[in-house]
Amino acid sequence: MSVPVIELAGGRKTYTTGDISFEALRGVSLRIEQGEYVAIMGPSGSGKSTLMHVLGCLDVLTSGTYRLAGNDVADLDEEELARVRNLEVGFVFQQFHLLPSLTAKQNVSLPLTYRDGEHGLGRTGRDAAAEAALDRVGLGDRARNRPGQLSGGQQQRVAVARALVGDPALILADEPTGNLDSVSTDDVLALFDELHEQGRTVVLITHEDEVAARARRVIRIRDGLIAHDEAVGATGGRAVGAAGGRAGRVAR
Amino acid sequence: MTWIETLLTGWASLRTHAMRSLLTTLGILIGIAAVILSVGLGLGTQKDVSAEISSLGSNLLIITPGSSTDSSGIRGGFGSAATLTTADVDALADPVAVPDAGGVAAERSTSLSVAAGSTNWTTTVTGVTGDWLDVRSRSLLSGELVEPDSVDQVVLGTEAATELFGSTNAVGRSVTISGASYTVVGVLAPAGSSSETNLDDLAVVPLAVLGRDLVGSDPSSVSTIYLKATDTATISAAYQQAQTLLLNLHGITSSASADFSISSQDALVATATSVYRTLTILLTGIATLSLLVGGIGVMNIMLVSVTERTREIGLRKALGAPPRVIRRQFLTEASILGLAGGVLGVGLGLVAALVLPGILETSVVVSWAAVAGSIVVAVGIGIVFGVYPAARAARLAPIDALRSE
Repeated sequence: MSVPVIELAGGRKTYTTGDISFEALRGVSLRIEQGEYVAIMGPSGSGKSTLMHVLGCLDVLTSGTYRLAGNDVADLDEEELARVRNLEVGFVFQQFHLLPSLTAKQNVSLPLTYRDGEHGLGRTGRDAAAEAALDRVGLGDRARNRPGQLSGGQQQRVAVARALVGDPALILADEPTGNLDSVSTDDVLALFDELHEQGRTVVLITHEDEVAARARRVIRIRDGLIAHDEAVGATGGRAVGAAGGRAGRVAR
Repeated sequence: MTWIETLLTGWASLRTHAMRSLLTTLGILIGIAAVILSVGLGLGTQKDVSAEISSLGSNLLIITPGSSTDSSGIRGGFGSAATLTTADVDALADPVAVPDAGGVAAERSTSLSVAAGSTNWTTTVTGVTGDWLDVRSRSLLSGELVEPDSVDQVVLGTEAATELFGSTNAVGRSVTISGASYTVVGVLAPAGSSSETNLDDLAVVPLAVLGRDLVGSDPSSVSTIYLKATDTATISAAYQQAQTLLLNLHGITSSASADFSISSQDALVATATSVYRTLTILLTGIATLSLLVGGIGVMNIMLVSVTERTREIGLRKALGAPPRVIRRQFLTEASILGLAGGVLGVGLGLVAALVLPGILETSVVVSWAAVAGSIVVAVGIGIVFGVYPAARAARLAPIDALRSE
């Protein structure tokens, strides 16, 4: 079997503010294989955001180990973390986070501009990759538009294109439909389904059951621990087994 | 990210806030223009003064009465007792006593009304000795200098001639000074004006005529003796010889109690130069302070910009921008602000340097070293004052930055 995309063991994260310390993750172990489509759910304060930050290498664990696509990221400094994020993670945010002064194409190629050395691409290479990614999300004709000229759904699709453009090991979406109407939500979720069918590894953080229902595996977080981890069907919200399915694994 | 891309990104983000960037630049602009102008004005004035002094001749010694204080505290009489006389002039002209003197001339002046027909003009009437033209580096436009023994000859400066006769064609005409009639035998070539005296507004008569007929007192007294050394190299030897001779003649044993003083053009130039250098440094210092204020403006705006763009910074970091790239981005923007201020400031300074001489009647010397230095300093200020905001941007944690609203 190939190297798992995510391999988290005994992950703990403690935030300390003055004398008060708060344990957001209290020993989370998680393994996500290449090609999985996973939804991480949990109420606010459950630690799901912290987990997302750790998985996306935006933050590091206080203790425990985390391997992303085989890279041990526990002891990396900021520069190295930035490099891993750039190469291995494609982010999709609730607020889209597109830069308003750049065109859709420039926004999409942004991650590529931070690549250098062996992964670096020239301007033409980046343009071609950005155009291909925009085609991929069905916005090839809006490459020159700025975010302000696009609808919310279109903006989020541009953001998905930006997540795809660098060919990362993991697509990490944080409430990607939280700011969208129902039509756009369907649009974007259909896009994630397609990406999954093409073999991408997709992790969605959400609190909406209907969004989670699209995933093949649902992980529920509560009080900094994995409370529930189950494989689910492709269309419904039904559980197909508590610890079965393709990769379902109860932590701890 | 290449340097070109960093520059283009920086330029684009500055253009997004064009007005703000322009105002920030203005601080640097004014500072740089002020530095260029103050250096230019300082150098220009220094040049003007040096040129004015050297035009009088750089190997000239000027001997004036008085200017000493004796042991009892009584000041030797400048303008009271006439301590310099024609006897001193004759002695200084002796090539044995003062071998390094190439020429000696004496002057005594008074302000009198000169009349030509119905036209009256008050001018400086100067009594001179024979070598005056050569020693004072003057020349004649027409005619010749007054004969030392003549009693009714006068030479006019161009301005006096024009005022009296409407032109410089005055040779052969006659003027009346203090009731006596004098024939104009020559007109001096123009020499310009110094800040104190107009060198072209004068009437020259023989020294004896001035003392005897026009002032009517102390016919042998002179107010200034000019001694021209044979060469600029012999000027200090001539100084020594003249001093020794005059001390002997006046029966004074110590040079500290001399009743005359000798100064040289070089000393005047040196004094003037050091005065204007101090002024230039002072002006430049003030201008530099305004540059500092401009730099603080850059820092202020960069800090605002970092705060405003927290989300953008967070996003760029999330997408994989390492801290050093973020730092470089903000440093580049700060130095673009500095550079723009520097270039525009130099432009303003150069325009002012062209316009000001016409208004102030002083030269402004644009020093290219100051221009190049200013631009370097302006960029340097951008960088120095950009370091802190850039470091703050680079330190932002991506999750906090993304969360900010």
